[in-house]
Amino acid sequence: MKKKNQTSSKSKYYLAGLCLFCILLMVLSFFYDKAGAPFKGIASVTIIPMQKGINQIGTWLGDISDNFDTLQEVRKEKDALQDKVDALITENNNLQEEKYELERLQALYKLDQNYADYEKTGAHVIAKDSGNWFSTFTIDKGSKDGIKKNMNVMAGSGLVGIVTKVGPTWATVRSVIDDSSNVSAMVLSTSDRCMVRGDLSLINDGKIRFEQMENNENKVQVGDQIVTSHISDKYLQGILIGYVSEITVDSNNLTRSGYITPVVDFKNLQEVLVITKTKADLTGTEKE
Amino acid sequence: MKKMKAKRIGVTAVIVIVCYLLQCTLFSHLTLASIKPNLIIIVTAAFGFMRGPKEGMLVGFFSGLMIDIQFGNILGFYALIYLLLGFINSLFEQVYYDEDIKLPLVLIAASEFLYGLVIYLLMFMLRSEFDFIYYLSHNIIPELIYTIVVALGVYPLILFINHKLEAEEKRSASKFV
Repeated sequence: MKKKNQTSSKSKYYLAGLCLFCILLMVLSFFYDKAGAPFKGIASVTIIPMQKGINQIGTWLGDISDNFDTLQEVRKEKDALQDKVDALITENNNLQEEKYELERLQALYKLDQNYADYEKTGAHVIAKDSGNWFSTFTIDKGSKDGIKKNMNVMAGSGLVGIVTKVGPTWATVRSVIDDSSNVSAMVLSTSDRCMVRGDLSLINDGKIRFEQMENNENKVQVGDQIVTSHISDKYLQGILIGYVSEITVDSNNLTRSGYITPVVDFKNLQEVLVITKTKADLTGTEKE
Repeated sequence: MKKMKAKRIGVTAVIVIVCYLLQCTLFSHLTLASIKPNLIIIVTAAFGFMRGPKEGMLVGFFSGLMIDIQFGNILGFYALIYLLLGFINSLFEQVYYDEDIKLPLVLIAASEFLYGLVIYLLMFMLRSEFDFIYYLSHNIIPELIYTIVVALGVYPLILFINHKLEAEEKRSASKFV
């Protein structure tokens, strides 16, 4: 009996000690950003390589199952794609024409900043958040590849999220559908600003909510493009977030809110593009 | 004896790491209605009531720490939650016996519920998201059910490994007598 008491009191010391250690870590990492550096270093030599390996096996298996697609399906797809290519070529020609015109006009106005041409680097998604509450994921590039905190992440042509944490060979990205994500955005056609808020309850519907758009005479319609705004201090300007799918005037009659259908398929993210410039680099204001 | 202890630590570490890796990679493809089961809770709770407070706490602590490093906002947050879960489960070590599957499942379910509740309180309610019923019915309960289903497969596996190790430990201990 005595022995049992001894072990249980010993375990209480363990409990108290580990709890204190956790709280100490929390306080440290709250006030001092670099507290996590040794842990990040350890992770990048232990867990991250394994996740990369599993990811590679997954891609390999995916490729194999893709190979089983019948030839017919592929042919049908090819025809459809050919049609699409034709349509796109025509569209591209028109756009090229307009681009030259734009360049000419921009030269006239001495506006040489082109927001669409951000330099990007590709990365693989190697792991997703372990829980169901948040939508963060890990990519296989880190500070050694020039990734920095607050860099914007895209997939295809749309905004995915922002780098929140960087280790030597990995980085964590918080997606815009995450419940704690807020992006300052605007309607491309009217430049009306709004806030795009991630919402856990909308993740299943594949939508994001936007709010606080001024209720003025500018008409915003379903299908209008929503892009990141020029006043955001973390997100670069003009990255497409999605299309308006629903818009209503709030009961206060001052603001409008609604839903956006994002252009990115967040469920099946495999490769993402990281823009290698942060907003702070561009505007020349170093944060803190 | 020392060799057995090292083996025990090694096997436990492998279980923890494998479960964490599966949770972050494979399980994100097994989502139902964007809910995935929580393997880490199963392991933490299982070690808690099977092996007692010390191992339960350490397993929880290291699993939580890995989540903190990779996904958390501040270090030590998940570590503390999982550590406490491990400890609470270890309180039931006295009433636990191997053949019973009801108690482990109930404990895992309770841990999962507690975990969901704590995360909601600390990470959502404090950001003034008060729609608790929604989060309960769309996040906490589905995750609980899915975890229980997975636990039906995973828990016997952990139990089996534990049995093997315990049998070996007994054998090597009796050699000295």
